[in-house]
Amino acid sequence: MNRPAKLMEKRFPTRINMRTAKVDMTHGSGGRAMAQLIEELFARHFDNELLRQGNDQALFSPPPGRMVMSVDGHVVSPLFFPGGDIGSLSVHGTINDVAMSGARPLYLSAGFILEEGFALADLERIVISMAQAAKEAGVPVVTGDTKVVERGKGDGVFITTTGIGVVPDGVELSGANVRPGDAILINGAIGEHGVAIMSSRENLAFETEITSDSAALHGLVAEMIAAVPEIHAMRDPTRGGLAATLNEIAWQAKVGMKLDEEAIPMRPEVDAACELLGLDPLYVANEGKLVAFCPAARAEELLAVMRAHPLGREAAIIGRVVEDDMGFVTMETGFGGTRIVDWLAGEQLPRIC
Amino acid sequence: MKYVDEFRDKALARRLAAQIAEEADPARSYNFMEFCGGHTHAIFRYGVQDLMPENVNFVHGPGCPVCVLPIPRIDNAIELAEGGAIVCTYGDMMRVPASGRNSLIKAKAGGADIRMIYSTQDALRIARENPDREVVFFAIGFETTTPPTAVAIKQAAAEGLRNFTVFCNHVLTPAAIQHILQSPEVRELGQVHIDGFYGPSHVSSIIGSAPYEYFAREFQKPVVIAGFEPLDVMQSTVMLIRQINEGRFEVENQYTRVVTPEGNAHAKALVSEVFELRRMFEWRGLGDVPYSALRIKDAYGEFDAERRFTLTESRGRDVKGCECPAILRGVKKPTDCKLFGTVCTPDNPMGSCMVSSEGSCAAYWSYGRFRLERVKEAAE
Repeated sequence: MNRPAKLMEKRFPTRINMRTAKVDMTHGSGGRAMAQLIEELFARHFDNELLRQGNDQALFSPPPGRMVMSVDGHVVSPLFFPGGDIGSLSVHGTINDVAMSGARPLYLSAGFILEEGFALADLERIVISMAQAAKEAGVPVVTGDTKVVERGKGDGVFITTTGIGVVPDGVELSGANVRPGDAILINGAIGEHGVAIMSSRENLAFETEITSDSAALHGLVAEMIAAVPEIHAMRDPTRGGLAATLNEIAWQAKVGMKLDEEAIPMRPEVDAACELLGLDPLYVANEGKLVAFCPAARAEELLAVMRAHPLGREAAIIGRVVEDDMGFVTMETGFGGTRIVDWLAGEQLPRIC
Repeated sequence: MKYVDEFRDKALARRLAAQIAEEADPARSYNFMEFCGGHTHAIFRYGVQDLMPENVNFVHGPGCPVCVLPIPRIDNAIELAEGGAIVCTYGDMMRVPASGRNSLIKAKAGGADIRMIYSTQDALRIARENPDREVVFFAIGFETTTPPTAVAIKQAAAEGLRNFTVFCNHVLTPAAIQHILQSPEVRELGQVHIDGFYGPSHVSSIIGSAPYEYFAREFQKPVVIAGFEPLDVMQSTVMLIRQINEGRFEVENQYTRVVTPEGNAHAKALVSEVFELRRMFEWRGLGDVPYSALRIKDAYGEFDAERRFTLTESRGRDVKGCECPAILRGVKKPTDCKLFGTVCTPDNPMGSCMVSSEGSCAAYWSYGRFRLERVKEAAE
């Protein structure tokens, strides 16, 4: 009886030295090295009941109600940036995509593509950060996958996360529900994630105080929909920034929007950095922001709820939805003129999330 | 951010708008060409046109550095990259259409090693890091971007960076303005009414205000050197209107916080040490303009990509129907082009004016096209 147990103990006679070891092809081969990496790194830090089942899939009973599911691939460069890293970002990003439906996020999956030669110390740092973010959000990583590609075929690590969540009864959020007359709200200052990434890129010798706004927004969302169930739509303005998100919804709902530039919250440092780099902050990525649309009559109430939450202290009403067959998003500039806030053409900066 | 915000103040803008409306003679119109793409961008981004009376119009000029580069030069840059060199260039250049629907960004996707950089120092660094590769800096731009290129060439010479060269496409502003004023469309046919110019701001910080004196006098057109902030444009408009109302045609300097009559002597000395005038250079839209561009002097000839590499003479031309040439001369507006907004958009630019945010087509499309719809609706 003791023999098998003893063999199991000796499956990995020495622990992986996370400080010095590097990812090699065996870590993705399906052999013992892979099993050890999973056990000593991923399972150890992500540890939760469903993961402990030890199978290739997590088994659970779905709660009653409608479910949502969302996937997000993360390829950010650099992997570590002020205010976060690819690990925390991959948790926040997917939680937010799930939460924008009004859902309570339940579980995450994580797929890792590792590049041969990548330092396990960096990978461990990322996994710890990811586990920490998942724990704080109360959304465990319940299943995962690891692949290794040859040196030069990846960039350290790419992480794909999938999230599922359950939408409370009566909550019907969709970009298509947005109506003329709706107020447009945002939970805080724009452009911080994008500028934080840019400031940490090595070819932009550029130092600012700005840290990424990367954060999980489902707590804020829950309070918003509890207080104002009439919210028509929410979306997180990530790649392409606020401008892209508003254009997507204008297109989806066949409406126009009028923004007030002076009402859009922005830190002076972000404004200055964008000025210097020739970027328009309206197009710079956010990772902890949401835009909400609700009937104008409930806007002040919703604003108060948002401002009472730590992730919404600088919330603001930034514009309104209008009738417009052309779907133009226009903005009264701080200068007193009017301009279009168009879709982003081309790309402002690649590999931002 | 006080240092910028004070040039974008709404109350001041309203006051200036009232002043312009008061001083502009309703019996005539005022057509002012902003030479620089920087002005075009500011006018559209801040909606400055909304603050102008109907008889004060902006004529958008050719001063967008990526717009004026003719297709053969871009073909040459692609040829260099496809020949194995690392070609470094500023981001705006990446999507400018070349021959055969190609562009630097498409050539990059096809395997050519083309790198987007933010400064000439990045290009030098890439050259140092890749000693076994040829590294070519695709230099473009007006007088503002020329001094950094001169510095890079001198640095490369000092370091003995033998794998670094510059494909020089630096062009000169006064020659281009003069060329526009001499064009038959302006002089004889009267197709383009230009009553005055907003003079370049950053360019003038290098060359000073003196180079404009000749053509202000010769062509009897007022020039006001204007900063790139929207309030600068408005204040300069007041100054231009006053000159016209008073029958003056002088070079005035609104941008006194930066521009002096002599310009930046140090930068000018650097440029003349490294560069010399080309006898002729082709501009997109303007055609061959004499003495309008720079080439690298013999003393620094080993850093000249045109001398180190044999380049094919490309006969690439603009896409049929593209009105960029006429738009760059101020003869046509973006909306006069059949391609505008139909097949040519910032996502799929057919002509160079649709690429950079300083190009008038892109500025029209991205910031101003709601006005066209308003005009259409009013007509219906």
